[in-house]
Amino acid sequence: MENMTYVFAAFAIVWAVVFGYIFSLSHRQRQLRREIDSLKEKNDDAPG
Amino acid sequence: MKGREIQRSDILLGLSFLLMIAALYLVFIYVPTEATMGVVQRIFYFHVPVAWVAFLAFLVVFVGSILYLGKRESKWDILAYSSAEVGIVFTTLVLITGPLWAKPTWGVWWVWDARLTTTLVLWLIYLAYLMVRSFALEESQGARFAAVVGIVGFIDVPIVALTIVLSRTQHPGPVIFEGGLAASMLLTLLVCLAAFTVLYVLLLQLRISLREAEVEIAKLKQAQSP
Repeated sequence: MENMTYVFAAFAIVWAVVFGYIFSLSHRQRQLRREIDSLKEKNDDAPG
Repeated sequence: MKGREIQRSDILLGLSFLLMIAALYLVFIYVPTEATMGVVQRIFYFHVPVAWVAFLAFLVVFVGSILYLGKRESKWDILAYSSAEVGIVFTTLVLITGPLWAKPTWGVWWVWDARLTTTLVLWLIYLAYLMVRSFALEESQGARFAAVVGIVGFIDVPIVALTIVLSRTQHPGPVIFEGGLAASMLLTLLVCLAAFTVLYVLLLQLRISLREAEVEIAKLKQAQSP
């Protein structure tokens, strides 16, 4: 049953990487959304 | 993300969740333990689908790159770039789950045989695909350089796939196509393949909307510069 450790490690790593990647995508998405809003505000405030 | 895209990603998220629950049930409860390798063979049900998704992702890079070079529309570059990044994530998982299966089966983590080496080369090619843009002087030039790498690099995908047939390797042969899987094992594998394919589409959609936001920021900054 010691091989169960390898099975557990493989499945845990797959899920950790997938969730980590999803978290990183949504975190970057929020940051970029804020940056877009702030740039749009600056553009609207700009004269002309 | 736009309203329809949010709705589509919600559907994909729900479908992906349901398929993953079904896959976990089949892998850990339903499918019988394989006679020769024992419990460690269960890694196969995740290892093969992540490899399949990596190949699919690089096929999308290949098609996107051809369309970008032909039409010069940025949406194809965004598609190819996004798929390359998702493909690298899945190739990384292939390179992690493979050695975790190899160690208890072969007694070693890694061997420099054709299958494993060409898979590592595949990972490096698509890392180069993402990096090559930084060597270009302007965005469109970088996209063209990357598209060439995306097209040429895809040559390695059939090479990786065929190594188990054409060369001597420790890696298991094409058991799926030779009918070497019991019905319950095949069902489990097919559900896992469906689950990871839906997950790929979801991740690709998320990455595309992120890339679109990056492009929008670049345009807004350009508009502000004097």
